[in-house]
Parts: sequence; C-alpha cells; structure tokens
Amino acid sequence: MFGWTGNTLRLNLSNGAVIRETTDTRLAKLYIGGRGLGTKIMFDEVDPRVDPLSPENKLIFATGPFTGTYAPSAGRYMVVTKGPLNGTIASSNSGGSFGAELKYAGYDLLIIEGKATKPVYLWINDDQVQIRDAAHVWGKTVPDTTDQLRAETDEEAKVACIGPSGEKLALFACVMNEMHRAAGRSGVGAVMGSKNLKAVVVAGSGKVEVADPAGFREAVLNARHKIQAHPVGGQGLKAYGTDVLVNILNEIGALPAFNYRDGHFPTADKVGGESLSKNNLLRPKGCFSCIMSCGRFSRVTQSKFAGEGEGPEYETAWALGPDCGIDNLDAIIKANFICNEMGLDTITMGSTIACAMDMFEDGILTLKDTDGIPLKFGNAEGMVEMVRKTALREGFGDKLALGSYRLAESYGHPEYSMSVKKQETPAYDPRGVQGIGLNYATNNRGGDHVRGYTIAVEVLGNPVAMDPHITEGKANLGITFQNLTAALDSSGACLFSTFGLGADELSGMLTALTGVPYPTQEFMKAGERIWNLERLWNLKAGFTAKDDTLPKRMLKDPIKTGPSKGKVSQLAKMLTEYYELRGWDKMGIPTEKKLKELSLAS
Amino acid sequence: MEKVLMIHADKCTGCRNCELACSFFHEGAFRPRHSSVHAYSWEREGLSVPMMCQHCENAPCVSVCPTGAMQRNEAKGFVEWNKNVCIRCKMCTVACPFGNAVYDAAGRNIIKCDMCQGDPECVRFCPNEALTYLEDTIAVRARKKAFAAKFKEAFKEVS
Repeated sequence: MFGWTGNTLRLNLSNGAVIRETTDTRLAKLYIGGRGLGTKIMFDEVDPRVDPLSPENKLIFATGPFTGTYAPSAGRYMVVTKGPLNGTIASSNSGGSFGAELKYAGYDLLIIEGKATKPVYLWINDDQVQIRDAAHVWGKTVPDTTDQLRAETDEEAKVACIGPSGEKLALFACVMNEMHRAAGRSGVGAVMGSKNLKAVVVAGSGKVEVADPAGFREAVLNARHKIQAHPVGGQGLKAYGTDVLVNILNEIGALPAFNYRDGHFPTADKVGGESLSKNNLLRPKGCFSCIMSCGRFSRVTQSKFAGEGEGPEYETAWALGPDCGIDNLDAIIKANFICNEMGLDTITMGSTIACAMDMFEDGILTLKDTDGIPLKFGNAEGMVEMVRKTALREGFGDKLALGSYRLAESYGHPEYSMSVKKQETPAYDPRGVQGIGLNYATNNRGGDHVRGYTIAVEVLGNPVAMDPHITEGKANLGITFQNLTAALDSSGACLFSTFGLGADELSGMLTALTGVPYPTQEFMKAGERIWNLERLWNLKAGFTAKDDTLPKRMLKDPIKTGPSKGKVSQLAKMLTEYYELRGWDKMGIPTEKKLKELSLAS
Repeated sequence: MEKVLMIHADKCTGCRNCELACSFFHEGAFRPRHSSVHAYSWEREGLSVPMMCQHCENAPCVSVCPTGAMQRNEAKGFVEWNKNVCIRCKMCTVACPFGNAVYDAAGRNIIKCDMCQGDPECVRFCPNEALTYLEDTIAVRARKKAFAAKFKEAFKEVS
C-alpha cells in the first residue's frame, strides 16, 4: 500500500498473543487512519459501556497516512481508547517521532488488549516483538524511563511511556513520547497504567511508500509555501510558541481567569509568549516533519523553580497561570516540567487546582482538606506543590488526581468544576467567543478546543474573520471545523497546519500519497463520518443531549471586567441550529437518513 | 564560484525533514534509516545536530579506498562514490572521522551524501536554514559575522 503500511499489530497482554493483521483497505479509505480508523476499531470491538480501566477496554496507537512522510508538520499519532476522565471516546494526539517510527517498523496501528499480570513494556524492533518485564522502571519518571529503556534496546529507539501518575491511575494521566511530547487529554495514560503497560519502545528500518512521488513532492512544496507565507504558521509560532495567544485572548476579554470567575487578567503579559521568549526560551523545537517549530525548550534559573525542559504551551501557561490567578511564569514552567516528568495533562491539572482554589476562597475547602496549604488564588508555590502531590497521589493530591468534577462533587459543589462531560474546558472563554462555547458543548470528548478550533476564525481571522460576540453562523462554522479536524487528525497532520492549509491542500497531498482519490468533499465527508461515529459511541456509552451544555457560570454569570464585560454564553441560540445542520433529531441523535448518507447505517 | 554545504546546528530544531528529503530523493520512499543525513537529538538538553558528509578536501575515505571507488571530483567539489567499482570492503566507513560513510548491510550499499548532483534536497527541505549550500565566501562570512555579533554583545556588557 501507499501511505499506509498495510499492517496492524495486535497484542494481548493477558495471554501474550502477538497477531499481525492486514489493515482493512476499505475501512482505511472510509476513515483515513489515526483518530478515524482507531475509533472505528473501538466501535466494532469494544462495548462503549465498559469500565475504561478494565482489561476489556482497548488502547490503540494509530498513525495516519501522512505520518512518516514529509507532508509538512504531519508526523502525528493518536492514542484511541475509552477515556477514564469522562467515559467518552478518547483520542489524544501527539507529535514527536514516535508515530513515524511505528510506521517504519511496519505498522499503521498498534492495538493493545487485556492486562498484564505485572508491569511490562513492549519492544518492537521491526517484525521482532517482545513483551518484556518492566519492574525496574515502574515508578520512574518519563525521562528516566526513556533513558533506561533505550539503554537496554536501541539508543535511537522512540519511547512512548507513562510516568508515575499513569501507574497510579490519575484520571488525567497522559502518554508521553520523546520525553516532552504528550498525548495529553482524557486520561489515556491511566488506561495504559491499568494494563500494567509502562512503555512502548519502537525502532523501525522500513519505509513509507508513495503512489505518485513527483505529484506528492510538488503538492508538499506548495503546502509548505502556504504555511511559510502565513503570519502564524510561518512566523508567529516559531518566534513565540503557542503562548503568543495569552495577550491576544486577554486583549479581547476572553482569557478565563480565577477559575472563570472573570474573562480578563490584568497581568497576563507576564505569562505570555513574548515574556517567555525574552526570559526563558533557549531554542524552538520541531516535531517530526514540522516546519513551524512551535515547541519551546525553556530554562528557569531562579533557584526555587529552576530547571530545563519543554514548554509551556499556551494552554499550560493559562491553566497553571491566570486560571489560578498566578502570573509567575517561572512557577508555571516548573509545574509544567513536573507534569511532563510525571505524565499529567497540564490543562486538567491547572483547571483542577483553580477549582480547588475557588472552593478554598469560598470556605468549602479548609486548611484541613488541603494538607495545611492555603490554596488561595495566586499562591504560586502552593500550586507547584499541589502538582507534585497530584502526580504521586499524596494527601490532597489523591483527590485532585480525579479531576475537577469529581473533586467538586465530592464536596457537594459540582458547579465549581469548569468542565463539560467532566473534562475541563481550556483557555478560551465562551462568554467572550461565542462559537467556541458551542464547540465545548458538542465536542465528542467534552471540554476541549482542538476538535473545533473556531478561534481561528473568531479571533485570528484565519482563513476569514467573524465577530466573536455574535451567534449567527456559528453552528455552521463549528461543524465545518469539527469535520475538517476529524479528517485532518486521521491523516496524521497537525492542527496548526491549518495556519496556511485547508481541505484542498490536505486532500490533494493525500491523493498523491495514497493513490486513493480524495476529492475535497470526500475528505470532508470522511471527517463528518468520523464525527458521527464518535457521537454514536458516546450515545451508546450513555451520554444524551442533556450533556451538551456548559457550566452554569459560563451561561449565567457575566464576565466582570475587560473588553467582554457583561457577556455570557448564548449557547441555546446555537445548539438547536447545530443539531439541525448536523442532521440530528432534537435529542441530538443522528437520523437514519444521515447515517445512510455517511455509510454508517447498521 | 564553488559552493559549500554548511551545517548550523544552532538552528536545527530536530524535525528531520532533511532525512525525509534525502531518502525520498534517492529511493522514492521515506526511509530515514537509509538517509545520508541524520539529525540526532538529545532530548534532555533540547539539542539537535545534523550530521552528513563534509566532502573533505583531503578525504580519508578516498585515501583508504583500494579500488578508486571513492573519488574527489575537483570540478564539482564533491567526494563521489562509484557503486560499480566498489568492492564493499567498508574501509571508508572505518576511515571517516565523523562516521558519515555508513554501510547498509541489507542493501549492500555505502550510504554517503552525493550532493544530489549539485542541488541538495536536504537543504531545500530544511525549514530553519540549519543546512545551507552557498557560494563559499558568502557562507563563510555570514557565519563569521554571526560569531562576531556574539563577541560584540559580550564586549557591550564589559565595556
């Protein structure tokens, strides 16, 4: 096959079975790969009502056809599973080189089933596959595990692993690869931990073949040119990283602060990308095949928070910063490094601490609950200490490790959790940007921004501009972004390639690579098919239209200060239209007609 | 004027587009293991360094080659490998002080940069100018000036 390797590796940790299968070409065409193909396999093989941390759940590492080629910034893979944070279909995306290495070893997908009786890791060296004992790395951090496993396999091998947080089943643990890149959200690392699987180590000597080499090269050069000519893709991301967004969002009054008590943070510039580049950035880093280099390799010299590593991203700087009322960038970076080393999602981590601070301020939590640490907004040292405690599930950290919804609910106040479907919403206030609120409410993995990034249009004017405060046209906008992203994620491309590329360029490269004709509308239709399949999974898992909502605070409590003062989310105005345009009934269930149109009817 | 291929490790982000471009140009498929250029990364330090044949003036690989398969083409300024004359004794892989000539056991080939006939594909695809191929005066002076600028900053601080 071209683009795809044509092979799937299936491993059962309960009985040690290693099975090589042929990737289903018909399904690969319909679902592209990555997120789409992984979800289709989950849908066909796993009961959506299964306990996410039981051996019956499966864990799929899924690459896309672009992964391993020089399609620009398109070397990504997905970890697809039922997520333990909220029970939706989880597919967490990561860059680095791991996905490409899996392709060179010969596999499009790695499906992991069952549960090992003791800690193990996988060593995949082309067609040599071993399940090895991992007792000696159990408990080790991500960098220490990576070094150790390379020393006993291949120094150039790529390692995807969990840290102590994944072992201890923190519900928002991530899978980390090449030490610093994260399949971050939904707790996919806890699923890995529940299977006693510490790491997957891969070395591959093979290749990815191309149907039309000359056509692909030309399409790639054209796509690179478009990204490089784009102000964000070509310059902004490399100069300032994603953290450049702090000031942009604060200036329009859509930077959530103090656990969304407000949508504006007076000293935001202290934690923004400009400050980061000036004070902490050592050099930019790129994932495999990336031409944008948004990764940050940073250093903190101040002794209390001293360290070196990758980060922070915008979401991290916000969650551990303004959302906790904190403007100390050194402390944020330190907390980021701890999350990376221990394997925790920085968004849910920060938002959960913000939730705890909010409850502490209101007297729901006291010093007795928080191990004697005064968790007031702005307490930077307390925040860093809470991250450490969460990573090890020590003291109050044991509760924080369950995420903000379970934390707040356990004290009888779920309304303090800024989450949708129990996953924390990220760094764009839906009271200041209407369309992103609709995306949070309808997103197939709950609170999340990367599945329908309407911010591109509503805030950054890419590829066209729309007023963030209006609701008209936002249902259509959200659906377009959701469908495009589902297809893009499945292809192996990075979401940021849309700073320059659209469906035309992506589908053109995909056609030349695979030899399978993907006209633009077929590419978008694949995205719509994947979105609807994820929706069907969630409905079977027990979610209903009632769950397509936002925290009360975003719907009822106006932003207090800044340019969006007085605004609330007008979700209801957009949601009905969204269901109609999706071809779903009033209960948010896809109609038979729609399912037939998408080849999803049973 | 003769051109020089230069490596600027300080600009490398570790994206490995060079490896991809090299293997695709030579094999028509993406296979970094067979690339003549490699960008090695040290993740703890966040550093990456591209490595490839430097096309030495006095090339050890040429000196040790018993058959004349490895030759310096003075007109082009490259060290070239002639597959048909080579007896695969692998002495070049031993002699290269940088390890930039590698034996591929599976393909029974010496993997070494051939400069893509004078238009290196890795340079075209490097997004960060970590690899450049420029007329030698410009290239040399640009690098010299970059170092001079660092001295300038140091002098400013002490003066």
